[in-house]
Amino acid sequence: MKKYFIIIILLSLTWLNILPQSNEDCLICHDDPGFKGKVLGKTISLNVTPKIFSGSVHGALECIDCHSDYNAEDIPHTKKYSRVNCGECHSDVQKLYAECLHGKAKANGDPLAPLCQDCHGNHNILPVKDHNSAVAPMKIPFLCGKCHREGTPVQLQRNIPQDRILENYSESIHGEGLLVKGLTVSATCVSCHSAHRILPHTDSRSTISRENIAKTCSVCHAEIETVHRKIIRGELWEKQSHVLPACVDCHQPHEIRKVYYDYGMANKDCLECHDNPNLVSSKDGRSLFVNYDKISNSEHSETACSQCHSEVNVSKHRPCESIKSKVDCSACHEEVGLEYAKSIHGNLVANQDPNGPTCKECHGTHGVLGRLNPDSPTFATNIPLLCAKCHREGEKAAMRYTGSEKDIIEHYTESIHGKGLLKSGLTVTATCTACHTAHRELPHSNPESSINPANISSTCGSCHHGIEEQFVKSVHSPLITDTEKELPVCNDCHSAHTIRRADSDGFKLEIMSQCGRCHEQIAETYFDTYHGKVSQLGYTKTAKCYDCHGSHDILSVNDPKSHLSRENVVETCKTCHPAANRQFAGYLTHATHHDPDKYPILFWVFWGMTGLLIGTFFIAGLHTILWFPRSLEWRRKLKKIHDEEKNSVDNKFDVDNNEPKNEEV
Amino acid sequence: MSIKEKYVLRFTRLNRALHIFMIVSFIILSLTGMSLKFSYTGWARFLSKFFGGFESAGYWHRFAAIIMIIVFTTHLFDIVRLRKKEFKTWKSLLIGKNSMLFNKKDWLDFKNSMKWFVGRGDRPSYGRWTYWEKFDYFAVFWGMFVIGSTGMTLWFPEFFTNFFPGWMINVATIIHSDEALLATGFIFTVHFFNTHLRPEKFPMDIVIFSGRIPLDEFKLDRPDEYKEMVEKGELEKYLVEDYPPIVIKGIRFFGWTALTIGFSIVIWIIYAMIFAYR
Repeated sequence: MKKYFIIIILLSLTWLNILPQSNEDCLICHDDPGFKGKVLGKTISLNVTPKIFSGSVHGALECIDCHSDYNAEDIPHTKKYSRVNCGECHSDVQKLYAECLHGKAKANGDPLAPLCQDCHGNHNILPVKDHNSAVAPMKIPFLCGKCHREGTPVQLQRNIPQDRILENYSESIHGEGLLVKGLTVSATCVSCHSAHRILPHTDSRSTISRENIAKTCSVCHAEIETVHRKIIRGELWEKQSHVLPACVDCHQPHEIRKVYYDYGMANKDCLECHDNPNLVSSKDGRSLFVNYDKISNSEHSETACSQCHSEVNVSKHRPCESIKSKVDCSACHEEVGLEYAKSIHGNLVANQDPNGPTCKECHGTHGVLGRLNPDSPTFATNIPLLCAKCHREGEKAAMRYTGSEKDIIEHYTESIHGKGLLKSGLTVTATCTACHTAHRELPHSNPESSINPANISSTCGSCHHGIEEQFVKSVHSPLITDTEKELPVCNDCHSAHTIRRADSDGFKLEIMSQCGRCHEQIAETYFDTYHGKVSQLGYTKTAKCYDCHGSHDILSVNDPKSHLSRENVVETCKTCHPAANRQFAGYLTHATHHDPDKYPILFWVFWGMTGLLIGTFFIAGLHTILWFPRSLEWRRKLKKIHDEEKNSVDNKFDVDNNEPKNEEV
Repeated sequence: MSIKEKYVLRFTRLNRALHIFMIVSFIILSLTGMSLKFSYTGWARFLSKFFGGFESAGYWHRFAAIIMIIVFTTHLFDIVRLRKKEFKTWKSLLIGKNSMLFNKKDWLDFKNSMKWFVGRGDRPSYGRWTYWEKFDYFAVFWGMFVIGSTGMTLWFPEFFTNFFPGWMINVATIIHSDEALLATGFIFTVHFFNTHLRPEKFPMDIVIFSGRIPLDEFKLDRPDEYKEMVEKGELEKYLVEDYPPIVIKGIRFFGWTALTIGFSIVIWIIYAMIFAYR
């Protein structure tokens, strides 16, 4: 009651314009800790503690200096008031903010955009130097981390190229310096990103852009040039940042401790020795000559030696002396490295098998080229030969392999893919890596393998998409047929490495036995009928399984969409028999005369004919057998008669000739 | 032989020509047909290739079928011609002494043959046509009807299914195939034995090609016919000279070829039936 009374008095005073608006006036209401009000539809505390305010940097100011359009006439403040505009005093900062990512977001109406008070607070703003200030160095990582940490709406909804920023920072040398050692001079977020003009690293004005990062870092690391003497040749560092690495090439942002190499090295320093063609290893005598032309034409032309050969130590007379391990490509090619580690190749290398290929076996070393470069061993037309180095019959991979595929390279070369690639020069044709992947080769038995039966149709479908679409709707697709039995996939019919054109004779004839591997009975009865018998003789024009059933779009004959449904069957017959009619389609293409239940007519016709055959042969055979001895007898008789006749003729002759002889005797 | 043997003319020129065409077409039909029937065997694939692949073998089969139909119709026309020229009436052609139709003498010959076979009588005095020759003759009629009609169905299935249901094609296939097996088997075993392989004629009887049979042999083989010829005084009319040796050689070569092919087919069929049957 008392409060309303005072308000009425105050109102009347204001009306008379006797009192100017003072902090005391505001605090009449806002001093009350329980004072609440509705702002933009939300009920919030409107309490201002005088003690805190007077201790703040703005303690000497009047409320209305900031809340400039508020007046005592409108109590309670029901009019629409503008927000406090810090820029009225801090116009220079305001300008920077407007240019920066945060300011732009605000201008675009982004509800997540931070305003001045989100970092600095409002009535409680303390000087930056004050350790209690919200923007004191110690608090900065957490202040920025309010939004820039995992799981926050900003990190989830906005495009922030780095992740685990706060976590990485706190583990970095800067973070440790600040948070563990309490060094307030250690770099915080704002040291690199600036406080009010935060820009993306792609913006050339940004403090963290490639061009400016050296300058940014050297704000603190002023003597870094001396330290990095090998790399930093005066202003070169800043002028030719593409020749020489920028800080972040080695010292990853936010994770500065994960250093690629301890000290930087310039290519030129390496080449002092490695430019010599006669340079050999003192251990095994292999050449250590580096043809720099190769590097400068390679995919890594802008990568420094020491970025790959990362264990160089600049304090040594020979900085490379300290190198212990081989080049780890996955330091940059992280995703590829992860894939490779899962592959059978990667596993072999991990198990220290001397047969396992590393990156360089396929990609080469200093002269590494992109796979789109025809000179690269990984260019499409070179891939079969590249893989053949190990997988050709007699080579190390082929000797380890125990599966059923033989002469892989030769078969591939003769296959439709091989011909397309190597004879027709079609670089889009499937090569080894198209099916086996480039870096994640796995045996087909591995469920993650691209050639595992569960994945093969999508592997083939990456090129043969139209076929895959048909296939997944067919009876052979696991989506349609739910069965314990193994369903066929592409390579069951088309083979793996000997894939032929589907219109070639050999393919047409083999496909029958392929279907018959599962559909045993139906294939057998197919061979009992005309189509099957003729096909068996190597004739390709007669109907094979797929001519009637379809190939990739095979459906159950009960499906109206099937080629063999009642609606479609006559049309299907007509593809070969143009004059086919409905009765013609009644021909039993899988009939057998061995099944009396299913085909009684055929069964009885067959046995009727067989009976006739057996009966005829029985009677005729018996007749023949009985005849034989008599006929033999008859033959002797005929011979006798014949001989007698001959003798009678001969005797006459003999008598004439022998008479003189007899006389002599 | 010092004295020239006398020969009796038994078959007309036309009949001999028809039989040669019959042999050629029958062998082509069996080779191409059996290669399809037993398509799962190696020899079938070989034969199919020999005829230029399946498609070509099919054309051979139909070509030979047409030849055989021509042979058959020519023979029918010849019968009509014979009636006009020699027999005057159908009655005398059909029930005359030398008719191809079975008659009482055939029944008696058959009975007496059985007695002879079991040693209870002498060799019957066979006439112009024996009962087994008549059986072979009518087997051709039966075969022409059964195999020919089903063959046409299989040749023009689209046309015939206008009148019959589709499964009749399956039935026609079985009948065509099994009847052909019967015909092939019968000709290449029983017919071969009856005419060529029975000891008295071994290894072959070339009378169907030459048309001539030695008079001595004829007297003993067909005593009834010989007797009739002598009684009627017509023997001289049928006596002829033999062909020159080169012709006989040619005939024997043809005969051997046909016999070899025939036996090969029988062996192939037996092999397929025993070792590879499905």
